[in-house]
Amino acid sequence: MIAHAIFFYVFSIIAVISAIMVTVSKNTVHSVFFLILDFISISCLFIMIGAEFLGMIMLIVYVGAVAVLFLFVVMMLNVAQQKNQWFNSKENSGHIPIGLIISTIIFFELIIVIGGWKFKPELSDSSANQITNEISNTHSLGQVLYTDYVHVFQISGMILLIAMIGAIVLTFRQRAGVKTQSYLKQISRERSEGIEVLEVPSNKGVKIDD
Amino acid sequence: MAYLNIVFDEVYKILFLLIPVLVSVAMIVWLDRRVWAFVQKRQGPNVVGPFGLLQSLADALKYIFKEIIIPASSNKIIFILAPIITMTLALIAWAVIPFGENQALANINVGILYIFAVSSLGVYGIIMGGWASNSKYPFLGAIRSAAQMVSYEVSIGIIIINVLLCVGSLNLSDIVMAQQNMWFIIPLFPMFVIFFISALAETNRPPFDLPEAEAELVAGYQTEYSGMMYAMFWLGEYANILLMCALGSILFLGGWLSPIDLYPFNLIPGVFWLIFKILLLFILFALVKAVVPRYRYDQLMRLGWKIFLPLSLTYVVLTASYLFYFNLLPVI
Repeated sequence: MIAHAIFFYVFSIIAVISAIMVTVSKNTVHSVFFLILDFISISCLFIMIGAEFLGMIMLIVYVGAVAVLFLFVVMMLNVAQQKNQWFNSKENSGHIPIGLIISTIIFFELIIVIGGWKFKPELSDSSANQITNEISNTHSLGQVLYTDYVHVFQISGMILLIAMIGAIVLTFRQRAGVKTQSYLKQISRERSEGIEVLEVPSNKGVKIDD
Repeated sequence: MAYLNIVFDEVYKILFLLIPVLVSVAMIVWLDRRVWAFVQKRQGPNVVGPFGLLQSLADALKYIFKEIIIPASSNKIIFILAPIITMTLALIAWAVIPFGENQALANINVGILYIFAVSSLGVYGIIMGGWASNSKYPFLGAIRSAAQMVSYEVSIGIIIINVLLCVGSLNLSDIVMAQQNMWFIIPLFPMFVIFFISALAETNRPPFDLPEAEAELVAGYQTEYSGMMYAMFWLGEYANILLMCALGSILFLGGWLSPIDLYPFNLIPGVFWLIFKILLLFILFALVKAVVPRYRYDQLMRLGWKIFLPLSLTYVVLTASYLFYFNLLPVI
């Protein structure tokens, strides 16, 4: 058990420190890297409590896909330089008080919500699946996900789909005069229409591009 | 003392796995170059040692004694971390590969998810290297490779779902044991082809080696690297290729099982069959490198999203319906 405790504290200390570093570090790319470290240590904690499926899915979805896209956007935009200019210029810093007010309101809302949180008294009894060693937690997740919680599961899928379609609609714009390559046209090109062999008379030449 | 004994035992096991993997990575580089040369009617590396077998060793020595140059304007910590991460991730994935019945370093319940997670982390080495170099070509290479690897992971994930539907377990040993009667390459042959091509794209092998397309980007994300750091990228890349070959042979070619369950073949240990299958897949990888021209980037994206994704999704529906209709779904 000592080894277990040591590992728990190591991972949780890394998680907390990297979560702080996400907000503290000045370079935006660095804060994304700290976010990734945070995700990885959280998934290690999941694995330590025996929720190996959740831990692996956390790695695949958040670290393998979401954080890559974060990094992608942050690297392309070069936000770090813009932010410094933004804070230095006088006319922009008028937004800071409003931002502070909004973040204080959200902070107190979170405190109220978390402080008033109550678990159902019968929560531990009502859980249909008792934890046993005979069945792996992937199987037990699968047994409740598509039976008891099928509607919640489907609704969350729909929300993600709507978000995806919304993002596509917002960013998609059709521009006129863009040259695109048609694969069918490229593949179905024949030698006969691609090139033409001409007999060139001497001292006269041939006219191309007519 | 009990803890120390456990630690020593594990270290011994890890070394027993890692050293063969590293040696075979060196050998596989030689094999790759020989196959490539063979297709193009050249000799390939044939001078150092018998048949040139020690060529990789000579190369490694050369890399060790070269100077490591770190560009002045680079982000030094991330620049140094990138090759380390690439190589570490390529090696830790080998922990769950079963070489025989009960012959895996870690026989965990979610083995296939572990491999999938680690291979999806592999993109970080490339992005970090490309960004930290603070130079145009590496950055373009990193961006290309990030988009490419994320796209092809999706189709690999869905192909894995196809196999898992037939097995009913995420454990790699269970996946192999489920193929005792019939290897999954027979019912899932189209998925095997798509898996092979996606694995090529996932490991940045030709014809999908756009992140390091030498004609456009010098060497992509590796441009600013030199000496041992370049060699570590290189080792990580080949270890990843070997891992993809191992995954392909476990998912579709029956892992350590012998092709014919008859007397003389039964005696050969499973490890040799697995190595034989990995080598077979690797020679295919090498042949593809030699015979297929490089894809254009938009063609690559179109292949991943518009062809492989719908095809593999359709096959998931087909497999699930077939198994459900004939009542063949694995019982847990």
